[in-house]
Amino acid sequence: MAIAVELRHISKRFPGVIANKDVSIKVESGSVHALIGENGAGKSTVMKILYGMQRPDSGEILVNGQSVQFKKPADSIEAGIGMVHQHFMLADNFTVLENIVLGYEPSHGGVIDFNAARAKINEMAAAYGLTVDPDALVEDLGVGQRQRVEILKVLYRGAKILIFDEPTAVLVPQEVDELFEALQGLRKDGLTVIFITHKLDEVLRVADDVTVIRAGSTVAEVKASDVSAKKLAELMVGSELPSPEIHGSAKRNEVTLSLSKLTVLAESGARNLVSDVSFTLHAGEVLGIAGVEGNGQSELIEAILGLRNYTGTVVFKGEPLDDESVSERRDMGIGFIPEDRQRQALLMSSPLWENRILGHQRGKPVMNGVLIDRKATMKDTVRIMQEFDVRAPGPDTLALALSGGNQQKFIVGREMSGAPSLLLASHPTRGVDVGAQAAIWNELRAAREKGMAIVLISADLEELIGLSDRLIVMLRGSVTAELDPTKTTPESLGSAMTGAA
Amino acid sequence: MRFKPGKIALSIAAPVFAAVFSLAVSSASLLATNKSPREAFSLMWEFGSGAGSLMEAVNLATSYYIAAIAIALTFRAGLFNIGVEGQLRLGSLFAAYFGAMIVLPPVLHILAIFLIAMFVGGLWASIAAYMKVKRGVSEVISTIMLNSVAGGVSAYLLSKHFMVKVEGSNDLATKPLPASGQFPDLMPVLKKLGVEEQPGGGVYGMLLVAIVLGIAFWFVVNRTRFGFELRSSGMNPIAARVSGVNSKKMTFIALVASGAIAGLAGLPTLLGDTHSYTLGFRGGVGFTAIAIALLGRNSAVGMAISALLFGFLEVASRTLELIDIAPETYVIMQGSILLSAVIAYEVVRRYQLTLQSHALAKAGDK
Repeated sequence: MAIAVELRHISKRFPGVIANKDVSIKVESGSVHALIGENGAGKSTVMKILYGMQRPDSGEILVNGQSVQFKKPADSIEAGIGMVHQHFMLADNFTVLENIVLGYEPSHGGVIDFNAARAKINEMAAAYGLTVDPDALVEDLGVGQRQRVEILKVLYRGAKILIFDEPTAVLVPQEVDELFEALQGLRKDGLTVIFITHKLDEVLRVADDVTVIRAGSTVAEVKASDVSAKKLAELMVGSELPSPEIHGSAKRNEVTLSLSKLTVLAESGARNLVSDVSFTLHAGEVLGIAGVEGNGQSELIEAILGLRNYTGTVVFKGEPLDDESVSERRDMGIGFIPEDRQRQALLMSSPLWENRILGHQRGKPVMNGVLIDRKATMKDTVRIMQEFDVRAPGPDTLALALSGGNQQKFIVGREMSGAPSLLLASHPTRGVDVGAQAAIWNELRAAREKGMAIVLISADLEELIGLSDRLIVMLRGSVTAELDPTKTTPESLGSAMTGAA
Repeated sequence: MRFKPGKIALSIAAPVFAAVFSLAVSSASLLATNKSPREAFSLMWEFGSGAGSLMEAVNLATSYYIAAIAIALTFRAGLFNIGVEGQLRLGSLFAAYFGAMIVLPPVLHILAIFLIAMFVGGLWASIAAYMKVKRGVSEVISTIMLNSVAGGVSAYLLSKHFMVKVEGSNDLATKPLPASGQFPDLMPVLKKLGVEEQPGGGVYGMLLVAIVLGIAFWFVVNRTRFGFELRSSGMNPIAARVSGVNSKKMTFIALVASGAIAGLAGLPTLLGDTHSYTLGFRGGVGFTAIAIALLGRNSAVGMAISALLFGFLEVASRTLELIDIAPETYVIMQGSILLSAVIAYEVVRRYQLTLQSHALAKAGDK
């Protein structure tokens, strides 16, 4: 088979660091080729080089067997390469048609020939199953449809090689299915797709070949049909895949948290968000709460922290909490990793060191009386960055500049500081790569050994089963089952969550 | 912190761009009316940079600055107190009325007047704060409406209850403050520093109060727990709540404190010049201060500079009438400065973000 794109021994260094070292990739034409690696492994740099956004220091790029030099994206577009960006670059107040032809308008005596463009777009859309109304305004479209517009835009410009940068990150499962169908259509038509991701199940579903990048270098090239997700993950991490596992019991005698008949009423007076939940949690114990999202798990955790009104009682280390405010509960030793980190746990446009204060602004080390202790805060922020491998230039970096995985590691580090007695962890490893996930698991395990009690919510059932000492299942706000994790499989837990068991 | 020339250049870029842009816009508007911008600007500079004019500009800026701090306090908390105008009007009226009634030794008398003004301003703001916290009424709407109410209430109180007859004038005024309640002028001190006395000139002593207030504002907002919680509530109210900030309490405190500070904003003129509240009480300070807070980006230093700039433009532009140019030209200048500053700050902010993400790409690929 012909080779559509080949990268030979590409290296790229930024001052002081090597982003890519000896990267070699061969992409067969008419195939779907996945490029996988952890966050920060250098995938994006490779693709930026191929798309002409950055120039390699050494190495060679071949497109259809011809050696090429890309100085800017226009050069690579010229060579038939198109990029579908993760963040869409569309003008909201333009129609689909206008967005697609923007910059490449077919004109007829100075007048844009929209009819010709519309015909061409409809033809392409039908051929690849990318149906979208050319006259709809982009602002009225959903995410999945916007992505189609991006793909059509690239195809319209004559691209034969399409690069997709984490295309499924913003899609719901249904839209992912549709995208994958479209990819198959493109492949059948002889187009080449390069697919950047760190989601391994997707790779196995859609890709023909896989190239793995680790620490800036290509470490493996395999056929998707020959590998398992586990094998791919191990190639990505470079060692045997860590698994969420706890050994023995760290449970102590003292009770850290006990709930009795905790009920959270819905604001509109509909059924209770949380109904009559009671449990006891000892120090050194992890209680996993399983449930399909939206069955009251988040509300339960928020009630324990005092963010929601409830009836019933919450007792923490022997003290009733019901009359205490959020700040008092936090100060008594409750840490919180919320499910939506950007909304609930970060000041996005503030530097990391100020984010270190958030939630801890009533005590040491970040405060000295009522005054902010800037120096100590900086120092402790650096400590968190080192211990939790938060990759950022320094404590002055704004939170919004960090990748999701690094933000999460920072939050976990922050909430673990001061060794709280109880940690409420909601999806602690959501959206982080394998390496960071393993690091967070290690921290949770170590904290459990030291006697921290943890309430854990996770959509990752293996994580939930692996890390928990006990499991409860919530359905429509009530606890419907209590399970022993050692005797539970993801399948059996899954059916318990939907109420089938 | 290391010295970063690039960083400093960036922070200067925005105001410089704003100044150039607004000069261009005002020049265009002058040219459109067939006047020479050069002549206008040189006349403004000549007149405005005279010692007497500068003193007057500083005096204007003192009120503007205090009012801008009141507004910035709510901006920082993610709120918007448009009601500074009403709060400072009522604060001044009550301070003038009760200030003239009480008998106290000099320093205490002024402090008492401060307390009255702050109490009344805060009380007036607390109406909006209460409605916001208890009923979710937008403070933007309620404070705007309370401005109108304050205007009516103050006119009624002045004409029906608080006024005394002014000999040979149709003006209505409260009883003048006794000497112990007047804030001494800074002229004697300035003279010792070599500043010559100007006819009708003088610098309000309240300038010192404004400076202290500015330092306190900076310190409280940036260095204390209260300030951190205030800023968190402004930037991300949900995360602030999760972190343990009582958002209702924070809203209430921010609005009332803002009102109390606003109450002081009318005092420079009252204690330094008129010594009584009159029908001719200067309006609009609370609104101009919104522009000053925006231009100064709610920072203590930035607002001080923009307050002085606005004061200067206002005084200097009076001379334009001499060459038959509408003095309202300065309104065009203010507007275009504000507009261009907001745009320039945004451009610079985005550029800084780009720089940061580059730095981050390097760190991430380590």
